[in-house]
Amino acid sequence: MSIYQDAIIAGFGGQGVMLMGTLLAVSAMESDMEVTYIPVYGPEMRGGTANCTVVISDEEIGSPIIRRPLSLIAMNRPSLEKFQPLVRDNGVVLINSSLVEPDLTDNGRIRAFSVPVNDIAAELGNLRLANMVALGAYVRITGIIALEAVIKSLSRVIPERYHHLLGHNTRALEAGAAEIRDKYPSGG
Amino acid sequence: MSKIFVKGNEAIARGALDAGCSCYFGYPITPQNDIPEFMSTALPKAGGQFVQAESEIAAANMLLGAGACGIRAMTSSSSPGISLKQEAISYMAGSDLPGVIVNISRGGPGLGDIGPSQGDYFQAVKGGGHGDYRQLVLAPGTVQEAYDLTMLAFDLAFAYRNPVMILGDAIIGQMMEPVRLHRRKAQDSAESESWRLEGFGKRMPRVIKSLRLAEGTLGKHNEHLQQKYTAARRECRHEEFMTEDAELIVVAFGSIGRIAKSTIRRLRQQGHRVGLLRPITLFPFPSRALQDLAENGKRFMTIEHNMGQMVEDARLALCGLAPCGFYGHLPGNLPTPDDFEGPILKEFNSGT
Repeated sequence: MSIYQDAIIAGFGGQGVMLMGTLLAVSAMESDMEVTYIPVYGPEMRGGTANCTVVISDEEIGSPIIRRPLSLIAMNRPSLEKFQPLVRDNGVVLINSSLVEPDLTDNGRIRAFSVPVNDIAAELGNLRLANMVALGAYVRITGIIALEAVIKSLSRVIPERYHHLLGHNTRALEAGAAEIRDKYPSGG
Repeated sequence: MSKIFVKGNEAIARGALDAGCSCYFGYPITPQNDIPEFMSTALPKAGGQFVQAESEIAAANMLLGAGACGIRAMTSSSSPGISLKQEAISYMAGSDLPGVIVNISRGGPGLGDIGPSQGDYFQAVKGGGHGDYRQLVLAPGTVQEAYDLTMLAFDLAFAYRNPVMILGDAIIGQMMEPVRLHRRKAQDSAESESWRLEGFGKRMPRVIKSLRLAEGTLGKHNEHLQQKYTAARRECRHEEFMTEDAELIVVAFGSIGRIAKSTIRRLRQQGHRVGLLRPITLFPFPSRALQDLAENGKRFMTIEHNMGQMVEDARLALCGLAPCGFYGHLPGNLPTPDDFEGPILKEFNSGT
């Protein structure tokens, strides 16, 4: 069976969803996988919400655009409302439970994972690390890429002027993964 | 060399640099702005010239001028801007001048939108300017191809002394994929030695023009152009996917070709014998490949992000050898593999 995963990553502009997407994608590339990344392109770009689609496979990728994804990272409520109905049955829905009520997930039809990424980021001392907490949780749930590969790719994706923050980002990725390990011990 | 992860637009800009492009002329328009943005810093660093022109028309005429001096040069724009460049492209074709034009096309007609579309197929392939000319048209389906084909475009432009167009769309321009870079080409001043303008010195002066008033000269020149276009047929490129045992072949180019590939994989899993032919050169059109498949009993349909343009070339190539259906995805809507499943199945079942 070939390896295949696709994800829609969505949230408010400024939550760093595009960075999550590119980091996930570059990590996949560094892990010798085929990968595509496409940002949402259209009027929505200017409307305050942002999303991107990442496709990862060990085979050549056809479409970079996915209508019904296998997984979703919803960083806010509008993103969950818009994309959750499109997630395939038994797909993964990871929500930012600092901003989204876990009751809103279609648990049962999909596999829901709630991580209070804003709170965890705040505990780490920087709310802007919320995206890294979510990505750490996501790779732990899906297992599509090793967490170590994501950590290793940080320096390729984060601009050099922020490289003094690589350690913070690493800890945030690890905290997200640890939250899934502790909260969902039976795994993703 | 290791891989980089970049947008299609950046891959095109890097392909131009690595092909020895030393002049870029542009004017901003979405969704291709990453090309001039990248070039504005990278090209001067590489010893070249970057000019943000006062308009698309000016940029295209600068391309003509650079071509006349034998310089590897490029301009890029998106649909409405490409319309403005057509006069200069016609003059370049009429003057046997090389140059690379990139169209990261968007929805039209008019200002349309800033989303993907393949509505410029006719303009690109049939000659959007006046006169009986053609330009070679390359349609990348991946970011790697955007890089590779841009490098190829420069070689073809100089081999045929003709404008060459890269026809992409907002999907190819904006998506990111890994790209393996090639070694940068050294400039070869010999490639234009016999015709470029550089100050005549002690030799006879040269004239590059498209005006041919003397009796018989224009006819002769048109004949020469047609011979050139015929010779360019050897540059035909296409990709086939699961065609061997297919009953129905989907013909689709660029981003739509790769999206259709996902649909075809899915339909194969359901047991339907469908395949894909993705033209990589749109002019010259890979007619021979379609004819060969038709002789093996295949049926065809084109899928396009327009209301039916390439289907005319497919039907012309097939010339009654096999039927060719059509499905058009409307501009203003992002196409996904789900959108093509029904139309392909409908066409598939119509012949059984």
